[in-house]
Amino acid sequence: MWTTWLRERAVSSLPPEKLLPDRQPSYVSSWIYVFGVATIAALIVIVVSGMILGLKGPEWWHVSSVGHFFNSIHLWSVELFFFAMVVHLWGKFFMGAWRGGRGRTWVTGAIAFLVAIGAAFTGYLSQQNFDSQWIASEGKDGLNSVGVGAFFNVADFGQMYTFHVVLLPLAVVALVVWHVLLVRRHGVVPPYPAKAAKPAPGAASEGTPP
Amino acid sequence: MSAVGAPPAAPDPSVPWPGPFVRYDLVKELVVALGVVTLLAVVLTVLFSSPDDPPTTIQSWAQADPADFLATAMTELNGTSELAEYGPPYNHTPDATQKVGPLDLQSTPGVRIPIDTAKDFVLEPLAEIPANPRLRLALAAYERAPPTLQEAWAGAYEEALPKARMVHGVPALPAGRYGPVGPMMAALLGLAQSGGLDGALLANNHRFYQTNYTKPLLFLSGGGYFEERAEGQHLLGTQWGMMNETGSYPGQVWLWLYTFWYQIEPFLESPNADALIFVLMSVLSLAFICIPFIPGLRTLPRHLGLYRVIWRDHYREVEG
Amino acid sequence: MATAPVLFAALFDLNDPARYLHWHFFQMSVANVVVIVLMIAVFAAALLIPFPKRQRSS
Repeated sequence: MWTTWLRERAVSSLPPEKLLPDRQPSYVSSWIYVFGVATIAALIVIVVSGMILGLKGPEWWHVSSVGHFFNSIHLWSVELFFFAMVVHLWGKFFMGAWRGGRGRTWVTGAIAFLVAIGAAFTGYLSQQNFDSQWIASEGKDGLNSVGVGAFFNVADFGQMYTFHVVLLPLAVVALVVWHVLLVRRHGVVPPYPAKAAKPAPGAASEGTPP
Repeated sequence: MSAVGAPPAAPDPSVPWPGPFVRYDLVKELVVALGVVTLLAVVLTVLFSSPDDPPTTIQSWAQADPADFLATAMTELNGTSELAEYGPPYNHTPDATQKVGPLDLQSTPGVRIPIDTAKDFVLEPLAEIPANPRLRLALAAYERAPPTLQEAWAGAYEEALPKARMVHGVPALPAGRYGPVGPMMAALLGLAQSGGLDGALLANNHRFYQTNYTKPLLFLSGGGYFEERAEGQHLLGTQWGMMNETGSYPGQVWLWLYTFWYQIEPFLESPNADALIFVLMSVLSLAFICIPFIPGLRTLPRHLGLYRVIWRDHYREVEG
Repeated sequence: MATAPVLFAALFDLNDPARYLHWHFFQMSVANVVVIVLMIAVFAAALLIPFPKRQRSS
């Protein structure tokens, strides 16, 4: 039965203690490790403030002080999101965090970064102010030059707004969920071998593909 | 799994950690992170708010710089504007497209957002103006005339425009052979200054609901007034503008590498800069995604050694 | 166009044109430089500030 197969597959790859562990390996003892969850926290603030902005539509923040307040929250949480994500990415790079079969974790994280840039781009295009006008008039040239602009029209507010409010947030959240599930599945990458330590028999160091 | 004594000195990253564990409350960590980020966002909002420079309208443009408006409208009428000679997706213009080597990706989708600059920006909006027999006659004369005559009128008008005197905010040209172009441009300026052209370009074949600003935005972006406003805010491509925000706000710092290429040769002077840089950034993005699979790159962190700072507690324990 | 009402005036008005740092062809707004410097500083701090010791779980 499909249902049984799916349930058994899910539970065997991510049993509850793995999905939500209450402990971590002893080497997880650095402040660098908080930047992944900080990125997720910023994403939550972005989505919630975005939903509040959506309650009254795209004109609201131009004509209401409360609307402008939530627009500011939305903008600053985006800056915090990219800030935390970049620090997280630097940390993960210097840890060689793709080792030991964790290649897909890096890949999903990197793609999430790039899709998030796209989400931010459509957000800037949806502002309905001078900045969005200019970004559209410039952005069209890059996209048109490779044929993308014929289908993704940065001057079409309706299209950019729906990409920004529905399609790209769903894509970012889906990628982040997949990314986190992979981290839970494989665990946080252990340290490189210590100095003057012989690798354990069969240990996969950076020489083998992830 | 129960904890064991000392951590291994050379753990195998592809098997579950056999060493000791510490208590770690992930849910509490998320809640604390949420509180900290929310507080930071609120503090930044209270300190700095967010920018909202009002958009440029065609009306504000025509009122603030009527000479620039008319000069732009002329190039759209006689088909010499950047947009008229853009090529796909707006129109068919030979040799207009950007290429990456032999690859012409710009032409591939064809003309999917058709724009006839003369009709869309000038002739059709003018044709809608009611109760103006002089304008109606001028339009008919223009459309009847052969292309060479139309170009001659347009050329004379464009040459005379810089010599125009401002009379009550409207350029008054010296006497010349402008044919019907004179009254046409005067009527277009009047329509623009009243706000009617913003609406006419947006309403686009008399549609009531509209969310697509392609026509008014492309018309605006052909003018010097719009570009000057951007230059004042350091938003031009040559000013690393892609990274910047209006005012003194931080912008899109993560676009630093994308805008960097526009500042240097061979891209700075290349007519294919947009296409070349788009492809270059796509390749670099792919490489970024594939770091775990690229020999040399995937072993770089080991050689750089910064990991020893991150895991110094662990190394202190296993190395003694 | 009238500006929108504000809930409270921002304590610092960042709507004045930005100051820019120039070095050869390189130019960046002070705000962006601050963000980048902060990123590097926070990264360094995250690496260097000791993390509280945790109880080993049995």
